[in-house]
Amino acid sequence: MNNKRRKFLKMAGATVLAGMGAPVLVKLHGTAQASADSEPAPAHAADSHGGGHGHGEEQNAGIRLGMVIDMRKFYDDEALLDEAIAACHLAHNVPDIDERKSEIKWIWKTGYGNAFPDHSHNRRSGSVENSAFPVLCNHCDNPSCVKACPTKATFVMEKNGIVSMDYHRCIGCRFCMAACPYGARSFNWQDPRPFITVYNPEFPGRNRGVVEKCNFCSERLGKGLEPACVEACAGTGAIVFGDLNDPESEISKVLHEEFTIQRRPAAGTRPSVFYIV
Amino acid sequence: MFNKSLILGGLAVFVLLVTTPFWYGLLKAGPPPTPEPPPNGASVCVAPVEYMRSSHMKLLDVWRDEVIREAKRETIVVNDPKLGTLEFGKGLQLACMDCHSNKEQFCDSCHEYVSARPDCWTCHMTPAEIASKEAL
Amino acid sequence: MIEKTLKGKPAYWIWLAILASVIAVGWACYFRQYVFGLGLTGMSRDVSWGLYISQFTFLVGVAAGGLMLVLPYYIHNYKEFGRITILGEFLAISALVMCLMFIMADLGQPLRGLNVIFYPTPYSMLFWDMCVLWGYLLLNLLCGWVILTSERKQVPPPKWIYFFVAISIPFAVSIHTVTAMLYCGLPGRHFWLSAIIAPRFLASAFAAGPSLILIACLIMRKYANFDAGETAMRKLTTIIMYAVIINTFFFLLEFFVGFYSEVPGHMHSLQYLFFGLEHHGEVYNNLVPFMWIATIFNFVGLGVFAYMKIAKVFDYRLVGFGSVLVFLALWADKGLGFVFAGFVPNPLEEVTEYYPTLNEIGITLGIWATGILLLTLLYKIAIGVEHEVEQ
Repeated sequence: MNNKRRKFLKMAGATVLAGMGAPVLVKLHGTAQASADSEPAPAHAADSHGGGHGHGEEQNAGIRLGMVIDMRKFYDDEALLDEAIAACHLAHNVPDIDERKSEIKWIWKTGYGNAFPDHSHNRRSGSVENSAFPVLCNHCDNPSCVKACPTKATFVMEKNGIVSMDYHRCIGCRFCMAACPYGARSFNWQDPRPFITVYNPEFPGRNRGVVEKCNFCSERLGKGLEPACVEACAGTGAIVFGDLNDPESEISKVLHEEFTIQRRPAAGTRPSVFYIV
Repeated sequence: MFNKSLILGGLAVFVLLVTTPFWYGLLKAGPPPTPEPPPNGASVCVAPVEYMRSSHMKLLDVWRDEVIREAKRETIVVNDPKLGTLEFGKGLQLACMDCHSNKEQFCDSCHEYVSARPDCWTCHMTPAEIASKEAL
Repeated sequence: MIEKTLKGKPAYWIWLAILASVIAVGWACYFRQYVFGLGLTGMSRDVSWGLYISQFTFLVGVAAGGLMLVLPYYIHNYKEFGRITILGEFLAISALVMCLMFIMADLGQPLRGLNVIFYPTPYSMLFWDMCVLWGYLLLNLLCGWVILTSERKQVPPPKWIYFFVAISIPFAVSIHTVTAMLYCGLPGRHFWLSAIIAPRFLASAFAAGPSLILIACLIMRKYANFDAGETAMRKLTTIIMYAVIINTFFFLLEFFVGFYSEVPGHMHSLQYLFFGLEHHGEVYNNLVPFMWIATIFNFVGLGVFAYMKIAKVFDYRLVGFGSVLVFLALWADKGLGFVFAGFVPNPLEEVTEYYPTLNEIGITLGIWATGILLLTLLYKIAIGVEHEVEQ
């Protein structure tokens, strides 16, 4: 929050001084400061891949939970992915609606070209071409859904950077669904309860008329557990979860060592989910 | 004044008609219900009984905002003389329904009496509902 | 003045009865939707906004279009609009009431609508849209009513009202600008992510609003013994003509950017609207006929107005014909294509087409009928006052 305000003040000040050129100056300055503060992921700071990855830009301080999905573990083991998806949907009482129009999904499978339209070209490797990629809410550092929401029913949890939903407050305007560049949000077009076959008593359901999505298992983190999808892949290292802003965390180390990509980096939302392809 | 009695009589009928809901309520209401004590025999709640009776909805709102908006998920510990130390997560499903497991006998009996229609159970589930589906 | 709505010819009452029955159907459909949820509409996970929001967007434009009467009359002192400026203000009121009803119809949790006020969120464009829409509605109610009352008493309107008239002008621009910002600030939707959306919205609004007023003037000329005046109507056709030209120009610029740059994201929605979008061997083109008919209407309407200017003729039938064509063309542009095509393809480059359901169309017609009913009553009052003054 403070960081944002600082950024705004800087921008406002610089704009007054330098007119139209100011935002560029501010951005360069932001990058310089980020490396001076020894932010993690220096490996990607000099990344010249077009579209501007979020790494080099100024980002919010504090804990920022993120995820690295190692696709190499899923290429030959789609069943593992199915287990992760089932674990998530079971843990959160996600209704199983078979109709594309009304379906609700927190994490699901899609093709590479669908997940990464900005990175797609028609000379893909066989494993990339023929494998299912998991997609979910990216818990962006600069989420466009949060900007869109007129009631703060979706918001960034200050403590850990999770983009959360308050189902009690959501008015069902679906502005967040239009705003999300990842199609991560589902709307309850009808009462979801008849479509839930197994209840997890530890978690509530939703009522019709509200938007829902992945919550990075806030309720499990509160109990000291890993997210359900991470737990389902335990021992394989297929999904690494942790604090992106802690240089000592496992996820930071993985990000330091491996080349990763993000979904639609050009949208400027700074996703917290990374993929090793 | 013309038609004094007609006007006054008409007014009286009008007032009576407008206030029908109150009369109806008074006649229908009967004695306040006694909510069922916890079937598991617990005798201590997370807050004094008087406070819970008058303000449980406020406490639930506070819990809700703490858990959902601030990720304050610390548990509540209660020392019950019969059941010993009980630990609850904050929430309707996690705490309240653990002891007051019968929604119809506990929640509904009073809510119906005072015509309160909270929409808690469009999302949250009662133990009976949870049992109705395949358990996790 | 409200008593003026209580006296009318049989045709007036029949008209109101027809509207009332459509409204009743609308309410019945809404009741069904209220009980079941928005699943009764054709909207889906991929196309999450449908007819309600597209009608809302179009009608904000109709409301803002009243500016084309208010601005010449009050700021440029163009006296010829004296009789019809009130029609612009009353049109804005009816259009805004429809807008708010469409928003309510679209909410998944309508009872929680006030959360927008309980938890005001200045970084959300929807919050600002609510503020300017309500502001513009109240301003038009105030200005329209005060000025009409003074006209009836045949005294000049109180001076203070001109302050509110003056601020209603930037408000008119702001309602459509902020409505455009709902769309053009979203990073993942290429079709909407264009700086020209707000100007395009305004241009089409300044054609759609006045053409609806012209249509209403022609109807009232025939059935209500109200003559807006040939000079005023000529001037309106000029305004509509230029607004249509500018709107068409802006739209063609979008085409240029998409198809010359050949950035796929900038072409997809336009392809979907005008040529059909091919995806995995299937062609999605349910809006293509609408868009081409709208294009033809747009240019024929433009041609009719241009012909009247060039040949220096004035014919009420031509005015009506041109206005209807332009209004329908702009309705298809903004009331159908703009919103639906923004969701095609979805962020995962999949294509889902949107078809409104009967129930949804029933609610939509019900809201339109409510607006038209309100417009009829308001115009009845306005004309009643004018007739009273003339006697």
